[in-house]
Amino acid sequence: MSHSTEAGTVPHPALQVPYRDLDQQRETATLGMFVFLLTELMMFGGLFCAYLVYRTLYFPSFQEGSKHMDLAIGAVNTAVLICSSLTMALGVQAAQKGRSKAIVSWMAVTLLFGCTFLVLKGVEYYQHWRAHEVPGLGFDLASSTAGVDIARVQLFFVLYFIMTGLHALHMLIGIGLVTWITICAGKGRYTEGYHNPVENVGLYWHFVDLVWIYLFPLLYLISRTRT
Amino acid sequence: MSAAPTAAVHPREHYLNVDYGIRSWLLTTDHKRIAILYMISVTVMFFIGGIFATLIRLELMTPAGDLVTSDTYNKLFTMHGIVMVFFFLIPSVPAVIGNFVLPMMVGARDMAFPKINLLSWYLYVIGAGITLYCITIGGVDTGWTFYTPFSTTYSNTYVFGSIVGILFAGFSSIFTGLNFIATIHKLRAPGLTWRRMQLFLWSNYATGVIMILGTPVVAIALILVAVERVWHIGIFNPALGGDPVLFQHLFWFYSHPAVYIMVLPAMGVVSELVTTFSRKRVFGYEFVAAASIAIAVFGFLVWGHHMFVAGISLYSALLFSIMSYLVAIPSAVKVFNWTATLYKGAISYRTPMLYAFGFIGLFTMGGLTGLFVAALGVDIHVTDTYFVVAHFHYIMVGGTVMAYLGAIHYWWPKMFGRMYPEGWAKLSAGIIFIGFNVTFFPQFLLGYLGMPRRYHAYAPEFQVLNVMSTAGASILAVGYMLPLIYLLWSLRYGEIAPANPWGSTGLEWQTTSPPPTHNFEETPVVTEEAYAYDKHPEMEFVA
Amino acid sequence: MAEHTVPKKIYAAIWATLLAMTLITTLVAFVDLGRFNTVVALAIATFKASLVVLFFMGAKYTPRLTRVVIICGIFFLGLLLAFSMVDYLTRLWPA
Repeated sequence: MSHSTEAGTVPHPALQVPYRDLDQQRETATLGMFVFLLTELMMFGGLFCAYLVYRTLYFPSFQEGSKHMDLAIGAVNTAVLICSSLTMALGVQAAQKGRSKAIVSWMAVTLLFGCTFLVLKGVEYYQHWRAHEVPGLGFDLASSTAGVDIARVQLFFVLYFIMTGLHALHMLIGIGLVTWITICAGKGRYTEGYHNPVENVGLYWHFVDLVWIYLFPLLYLISRTRT
Repeated sequence: MSAAPTAAVHPREHYLNVDYGIRSWLLTTDHKRIAILYMISVTVMFFIGGIFATLIRLELMTPAGDLVTSDTYNKLFTMHGIVMVFFFLIPSVPAVIGNFVLPMMVGARDMAFPKINLLSWYLYVIGAGITLYCITIGGVDTGWTFYTPFSTTYSNTYVFGSIVGILFAGFSSIFTGLNFIATIHKLRAPGLTWRRMQLFLWSNYATGVIMILGTPVVAIALILVAVERVWHIGIFNPALGGDPVLFQHLFWFYSHPAVYIMVLPAMGVVSELVTTFSRKRVFGYEFVAAASIAIAVFGFLVWGHHMFVAGISLYSALLFSIMSYLVAIPSAVKVFNWTATLYKGAISYRTPMLYAFGFIGLFTMGGLTGLFVAALGVDIHVTDTYFVVAHFHYIMVGGTVMAYLGAIHYWWPKMFGRMYPEGWAKLSAGIIFIGFNVTFFPQFLLGYLGMPRRYHAYAPEFQVLNVMSTAGASILAVGYMLPLIYLLWSLRYGEIAPANPWGSTGLEWQTTSPPPTHNFEETPVVTEEAYAYDKHPEMEFVA
Repeated sequence: MAEHTVPKKIYAAIWATLLAMTLITTLVAFVDLGRFNTVVALAIATFKASLVVLFFMGAKYTPRLTRVVIICGIFFLGLLLAFSMVDYLTRLWPA
């Protein structure tokens, strides 16, 4: 069965087997990426569920734990990710216009922002370790605030490391994907007619940013009023 | 739709002989070959799970724990559960039958993402390999439910490894669901509106939705257990203020809908079988289709019914109990509609239909006993007893496995161009039905009388029923061996099948058997609803 | 299917808004609003998330199916959170 749209035309090299044209392929691949992101939402969702339960049960301890977060790094990292989302969106737009050089530039800047995020995160983790705030690695915090139970502050930190750790892992995967896109763009793979992989990697990248948009207030901003 | 050619010869070139060699199979992206790969893998896992079941039933022949130690027994039921649930029941109908038939039913050349389809099989195989490795080097004894804090802190077995294996299987499942959803939304043939789709498609679509929404949550729950196991620090540890019941919430959020992953595709199979073998449109098509979606949605609202005695609040338990009653309604709708379809149908008692009958009867029994356990008061008495064991085996074995076998027999000619031997098939179906009931009906009685589950020793007054159950299991084992033998035999010596031996109106039957790699010579155009037997009296059995 | 190209100005405006909201949410954390701190923080986060989803991910311009997928995700995640919390919030209620 022929899969070219008009008689005599050669199918686009990127056209895959079950599709009759690139439009159908693009719509399906984008749908597929959104459905995949749904699974990611549910996976992080399980962690958010655990967070919600324990924060409700142990609010003072969570508040105490949050005070030990490096707000400056957290806020800067949030800004970094927002900037990376902008550059990613502009890169996707360049892909939609088939401008390979622009794609490479925007993706390179996005990569820069992404790596900056991870470096800052690394610095933060190191700081926590130095301050004996890593559960299981000499966790040692003292607090005399009423209602605060150090065991439960440790629970906060466990959640903190798992949630930000899983997020960082996804950033790493995102960096890998963006690198791949950049290389392909450098080879001129993407045109006005075919650029869907760039769009889909963009969707993934924005999703990882979305997770951080919630992690930041939940972990860093649990009421910093002086009590 | 034109009537299928009745000449019983193999097409010259089809998906099986288009290419030979191990590479053409291991690197295939053809959904039909991937389905066959899955079929081989899940069959292997089924028999491994069956070995554990055999050892369990042998131990339970006598009240004393004399065949194996209690620790070993814990491993036996754990590994039986893990292998059967994650490596047989979840993939069986969707990954074997769904992968083979679904693209043809929508009139497409393949699934939406063929390479991801192959990846999903590899993930399954890697997961199975890791799990089997853990089993051979010592096993795991936490129960397939991995409850904390035993799994995180106190078990001395290969919990981490088993979890990794299951995570691979979970990702395999997610990719299968992704493919189903995308294919049904985007690759339907011209004229194939949602209302014209065969019900098997509706069921597998709903199944895909459950796989996508539920699997990631059990993945994170198990990852948290793995983290706690390795670093000895985690969020379920009461010493830190953690709640072991939170694990159960996250675990059952998936594992209850998982049982609908196991049963919805089976229901889809039954819809196909009942219509084909009674030559009738399904009664209340829209209701059956809507029921599939309703089961998927409501299935997510009931998970707490596995935790009634775990320490959740009474009010939460009430909510989950009410929801559990509601979720039974769409399933009942389906049973009523199948029955009404049979009424005044031209019923043919071929083997696939026998399995469909078996499903309807046994699933109904399993489902009704589900209502028993959904009632809070009754559940206090029967939870963690053999009553629950019997309940879920009626659904999973009496239901899903029967539907799987019915599907295998029904689509065997489509897959391999051969008919299975009808006499042996009917005999096996009968043996399986009898063996199943002798195995599991006594377990309802045992549970109600108080025999706890997951115990390798029991009070002597339970022995008679246990011996009966073990006897039934041996009959069931024979019943399962027979199809393995005659189906393999038929690949070489079976009667060559015509393209459409059952005279079915299904779109998958409007191409040759076995089909060509690209499924259809020309993209089919659909012009009428499914199961339009009344419009096509010329279609009839040719086998 | 024609793609909708969002003007660069809109992207810049979204970006600026996101940064501004980040600043605001950080500053509000230092103001004692009692219980409302959480509400405000989550409201701002949700507003930011909506901007990312609608504009950067293009959900505003995608076919209806994509929006259904997104809504489904939020709905089922909500179910997980809500039904779990029903348990924890009512554990100490009198029987």
